[in-house]
Amino acid sequence: MAETTGTATPETLAAAGDDGVRRRDFINIAAVTAAGVGAVGVVLPLISQMSPSADVLAESSTEVDVSAIEPGQTIKSIFRKQPLFVRRLTPLEIEAAQEVPLGELRDAQTLDERTKEGHLDLLVTMGVCTHLGCVPLGAVEGENKGEYGGYFCPCHGSHYDTAGRIRKGPAPTNLLVPEYEFTSDTVIRVG
Amino acid sequence: MSFPWAKQYEPATGLTRWLDERLPLPRLVYNAVGAGYPVPRNLSYMWNFGVLAGFFLVAQIITGVVLAMHYAADATVAFAKVEHIMRDVNWGWLMRYAHANGASFFFIVVYIHIFRGFFYSSYKAPREMIWLIGVVIFLLMMATAFMGYVLPWGQMSFWGAKVITGLFSAIPLVGESLQVWLLGGFAPDDAALNRFFSLHYLLPFVIAGAVILHIWALHIPGSSNPIGVEVKQESDTVPFHPYYTAKDGFGLGVVLIFFSLMVFFLPNALGHPDNYIEANPLATPAHIVPEWYFFPFYAILRAFTVDFIISAKLWGVLAMFAAILIWFLLPWLDRSPVRSGHYRPLFRKFFWFGLIPCMIVLFICGGAPAEEPYVMISQIATAYYFLHFLVILPIVSAIERPEPLPNSITEAVLDKDTNATAPIAG
Repeated sequence: MAETTGTATPETLAAAGDDGVRRRDFINIAAVTAAGVGAVGVVLPLISQMSPSADVLAESSTEVDVSAIEPGQTIKSIFRKQPLFVRRLTPLEIEAAQEVPLGELRDAQTLDERTKEGHLDLLVTMGVCTHLGCVPLGAVEGENKGEYGGYFCPCHGSHYDTAGRIRKGPAPTNLLVPEYEFTSDTVIRVG
Repeated sequence: MSFPWAKQYEPATGLTRWLDERLPLPRLVYNAVGAGYPVPRNLSYMWNFGVLAGFFLVAQIITGVVLAMHYAADATVAFAKVEHIMRDVNWGWLMRYAHANGASFFFIVVYIHIFRGFFYSSYKAPREMIWLIGVVIFLLMMATAFMGYVLPWGQMSFWGAKVITGLFSAIPLVGESLQVWLLGGFAPDDAALNRFFSLHYLLPFVIAGAVILHIWALHIPGSSNPIGVEVKQESDTVPFHPYYTAKDGFGLGVVLIFFSLMVFFLPNALGHPDNYIEANPLATPAHIVPEWYFFPFYAILRAFTVDFIISAKLWGVLAMFAAILIWFLLPWLDRSPVRSGHYRPLFRKFFWFGLIPCMIVLFICGGAPAEEPYVMISQIATAYYFLHFLVILPIVSAIERPEPLPNSITEAVLDKDTNATAPIAG
């Protein structure tokens, strides 16, 4: 270290101990280290301030009453400022979803894995296309449900089936099933 | 650096002499864009577009600072604030239309500037650094324009922000958290709008700084020229002022006629009508498109539809960024010693009948809905785009036999009149 800091004059060499380390080397390392730790300490809050703030996080769970949804009907709710689709599947739609061999699926999941036990007819998904985040059509009566009778994203043409699974188009994964639980027989809490 | 025959700055008055000894700012200007900067005498109008880009940068900063005085980056009022500017603020409509169309014109002149560089190989030694900084400026422009488009908080603003930040979610493992971090929430909202406003105000000044570096790097070797033969003697150059200040001034006048036509008669022609609908997180517009100047890159993004090792989405994102980052490699991909396309018969054919049609096709596909035949056409055009830069350009530059070059700019201008070495105006 001694040769990297300052010029080695006879005086400074004399100031070095037997091991060739001068007091100034210690001061240099200590100062730069302290400044480095300080810089990291400043950068962390600068990065962290960009993450969702407390009020945004406070709105991060939503309760939905699912009792009034008729088979074949979908309601749109809002979860974390994004659309949430809650769909009551008809027996035909359940059958269609269960008939598909898993090998055909891009993101293999069964309908049972995507619904809660005992509520096979209640499909809760985000209304956010997994491609680039558009809201798929098919939740409102009369909208295009795509080639597989579920949802269809008009932005880049992703088709989802009745279990909200990606079947055709650029989206990489199935419509996200958010974490939720039944707080009673008719109410779910999402988030 | 400059050529030895460059005119020296002579302070004319006592005041400028006093200033020159303390802060030689007039000397700097004189040597940068005044009579002290010798420039090749044969520059065509294709060499106007750097100055034009500089003009639009300044125009965007001025109109933008004015708009910021009347705007508020709050999701509940942002949309109304834009209408407030349009209807209530004195001359607000003019400031906003000039700013919106100014962005389009900034991109038009920069695209011409870049393609001028492609044709005349302006990126070649010793001008690589000018080119590299230029690509950085273009990337900064894209980021700035994207964030500016979000501020009116219309439907296209919102969904554009969602789709573009959604690109980051394609990154494996960290993508989802990265998108949430960028937005400061789970979807574009107040947090995103505010940070975009902050950065939209900041980045133009970063661009201005990069422009200074761009010009600084340019002044080391001096400007390139349409025949691509370097300056050899005094008779090859004329002083920037008054020759090119006049030529650039005339070009600026012509461009401002077209700019005025757009601002006063077709102010919304380049925008999207859906952006006059307030942002609604629960309803996607039928057909999300970016601003027109992003169409070619948007087409490349959407050209990837099949998963291969990584997801199609990630391929699209990587290809879109690669389409621009590839420009950084141009000085080393094109190895021909000849610069100008005028003397490169094969290169010239691939430029006019390869790259240009490819860009036009990508432009059309980027604005079209994501359905056939546009998807397949954009896949072919995307393949050609990368093929052009990575394969065709290196091969052409290796096998091509260039046409004979003039010995000097003077010779080219005076049609081989070798006696004419005295400086001639014009």
